[in-house]
Amino acid sequence: MNRINQSLEQNKKLLSIYFTAGYPNINDTVSIIQELEQNGVDMIEIGLPFSDPLADGPTIQESSTQAIANGMTTSLLFEQLKDIRKTVQIPLIIMGYFNPMMQFGMEKFCQKCHEIGIDGFIIPDLPLYVYENEYKSLFEKYNLKNIFLITPQTSKERITQIDTISDSFIYMVSSASVTGSQSGFGEEQIHYFKHIESLQLNNPQIVGFGIKDNASFTQATAHQKGAIIGSAFIKFLAQNPISHIREFIEKIRN
Amino acid sequence: MKTKYNVDELGFYGKFGGAFIPEMLYPNVEELKENYLKIMAEPSFQEEFNHLLQQYVGRPTPLYFAKRLSEKYQTKIYLKREDLCHTGAHKVNNTIGQILMAKRLGKKRIIAETGAGQHGVATATVCALMGLECIVYMGEIDIQRQAPNVARMKMLGATVRPATSGSKTLKDATNEAIRDWINNPVDTFYIIGSVVGPHPYPDMVARFQSVISKEIQNQLQVQEGKENPDYVIACVGGGSNAAGAFFEFLENESVQLIAVEAAGHGVDSGESAATSVLGKIGIIHGSKTLLMQTEDGQITEPYSISAGLDYPGVGPLHAHLHDSNRAEFIAITDADAMQAGLDLSKTEGIIPAIESAHAFAVLDKKTFQPNDIVVINLSGRGDKDLNTYIDYFNLSD
Repeated sequence: MNRINQSLEQNKKLLSIYFTAGYPNINDTVSIIQELEQNGVDMIEIGLPFSDPLADGPTIQESSTQAIANGMTTSLLFEQLKDIRKTVQIPLIIMGYFNPMMQFGMEKFCQKCHEIGIDGFIIPDLPLYVYENEYKSLFEKYNLKNIFLITPQTSKERITQIDTISDSFIYMVSSASVTGSQSGFGEEQIHYFKHIESLQLNNPQIVGFGIKDNASFTQATAHQKGAIIGSAFIKFLAQNPISHIREFIEKIRN
Repeated sequence: MKTKYNVDELGFYGKFGGAFIPEMLYPNVEELKENYLKIMAEPSFQEEFNHLLQQYVGRPTPLYFAKRLSEKYQTKIYLKREDLCHTGAHKVNNTIGQILMAKRLGKKRIIAETGAGQHGVATATVCALMGLECIVYMGEIDIQRQAPNVARMKMLGATVRPATSGSKTLKDATNEAIRDWINNPVDTFYIIGSVVGPHPYPDMVARFQSVISKEIQNQLQVQEGKENPDYVIACVGGGSNAAGAFFEFLENESVQLIAVEAAGHGVDSGESAATSVLGKIGIIHGSKTLLMQTEDGQITEPYSISAGLDYPGVGPLHAHLHDSNRAEFIAITDADAMQAGLDLSKTEGIIPAIESAHAFAVLDKKTFQPNDIVVINLSGRGDKDLNTYIDYFNLSD
C-alpha cells in the first residue's frame, strides 16, 4: 500500500509540512526532512522550485527564487533524495508546477520518484482532464498518487468528479487565496469545513492555506483529517536554524 | 466547421493552448469559457462593440497605400493604420471587447497586467469610460522605465500596483494579476492584453482583434478589387496585433503570413526575445506554448529594445502557425528595427512604435514581386518611444 494511504488510516489528525527544496540553503533538503520526521510530522511536501509559481503567495515565491538562485534543479533534488528512504519512513510528496516536470520528461520524472520512494504529487497547474487522458496510467504504473485541490468556489459536481478520480486525499484550499495570505479562520471558512465534511467524500481531506499555529491547526482539523503548513514554516526557516524545527512543531501540536 | 488553424473545442491550436490553471482559477475561467461565444454573438453586444469601435476608437482605421515606400521596394505596400486608434495602438480593440464582456458577466472590478504600459493605458481608458474600478499590475522595473504611461493610467483613475516578485517585469506583472484573480474570484474580471493565457483568452482576444483583418478585406476589395492580399506582415510579442491581422486569412493559404519577432541584440546573443527560435514547448501563464526557459524548465527573461515584444512566450495560435509552417517567422534585431522606424518616418511621415518598426524591417530582408499586395500592420504609433529614439539616434544634439 502507498505510504500516503497508510498514513491516512491512522487514528489521528495529520500534520503535513511544506518546504521549498534548496531553501534556505542548497543542501538543507535531507536534514529538513529528517528533522521534520523526528519531531512527529506525518507527511512532507517537498517543493520543487519554479520561477513563476502562480498559486503561491510572496513567501513561497521568494523561497523558490532563492532556491533557484542557490542552484536547485530537478536533477539535483533527485540526487539529494536518493538515499532518503534509508532514514525516513513518512510519506513524501513532491509539490511543483508542471513545466519543470515536463522539461525533465514526465516518464523519467515518475521513474526517478519511484526509485527514490516518493509517494505522490501535487501539481496545481495540471488540469484534471489532462491528467486523466495523458498521465493517470503513468502515475499508477509507478504507484504515485496525484492529489487534487478543491476551493470554496469548486462546484458540488466537480468535487464529486475529483473525489472519484482521487485515491489518497483531497487538498482542500481553505479560502479563495494564494498561499500565505490568510490570518485566522472566520465563520465562513468554518462553515465551508463543515459543509465538506457533510458530503462524506470517499477521500479524506487535508486543509491547506492559512494554517500557521495551534489555533488554526485545531480549527482546520476539527472537521477534516489533517492540515498542511507551508508559508509559516518557510518564514520560520528564514529566521531559525534547522535544529530549532522542534520548537515550531511543538507549538503547532501544543 | 473543422478548421486547421483556429482553436478546437478543448482550447487547443494543434498541440498548443489549453488551460493549465490551478483549481482556484477554474470557476472563473470556466464561466468565461461557457459564455464568451454566446455573449459575443448577441446582437446587442455586437451593436455596442461596433458602435464604440466606430465612435470612440475611430474605426475603421485607414488601409493606406504607401506610395513612396512601395516605389522604394518595388511592390505594393499597404499600411493598416492601427496607430491611429484612440490610445495609440490596436490594444484598445481588445479592451473595449473585454470590458463589455465583464459587464455582461456582472463583474465590478477590473484587473490587468502591463509591460510597457500600452495595455494598461487601454484598460484604464475603457474602465474610465464604463466607470469601473481598475487595478493594473506592472513590474517595478517597468514602472521606472515607462513613467509617462504610469502617469496616464493614474490620470485615467486606475491604481497601478508594482509587481515586486521575480524579475519585476511583464511576466511577473501577469503572475500578480493572476494571483489577484485567485484572491478575488467572484467580482473581478481579468482583462488579458494579448492572445496568451488559458483558453478561452487567446481565442477571445483574437476574435476582438479580428476587426483588423475584416477591415483589411473590405478595404482591399474597394482599393484593389480583391479582398485577399499576397502577404500580411505583423510583429509578434504575445501576438495580439498579428492574430487580429491574420485572423480572416488563416484558412486561406494563398495569403502568406509573416510573423516578426524581436531578435534583440541577435538571436544568438543571449539577449533576444525570438521565442519561435529560442523557445521550447512548455507551460506559461496557463497555456501550453513555446516559451524561453532554462533546460530545467525555469522561465527566463527575454530582451528587446521594444518593451512590447519582450514576452518570454508567444500565443498558442502563433506557436501552431510556426509549428505547422503556416506563417513564416522572421527575427529582426534592435538595430534593424530602429533603422526601419527612422526610414518609415522619413519616407511616409509616420513615426511607428518600435514594436511595429520590426515588421517594416522585413522589407529589407525579403523580396516581393511588383504586383504583390503586401499589408503591414502598423500596430502602434511611436510617441511612447520617443525617448528611446532620441537616445538611440542622438536626436537631442
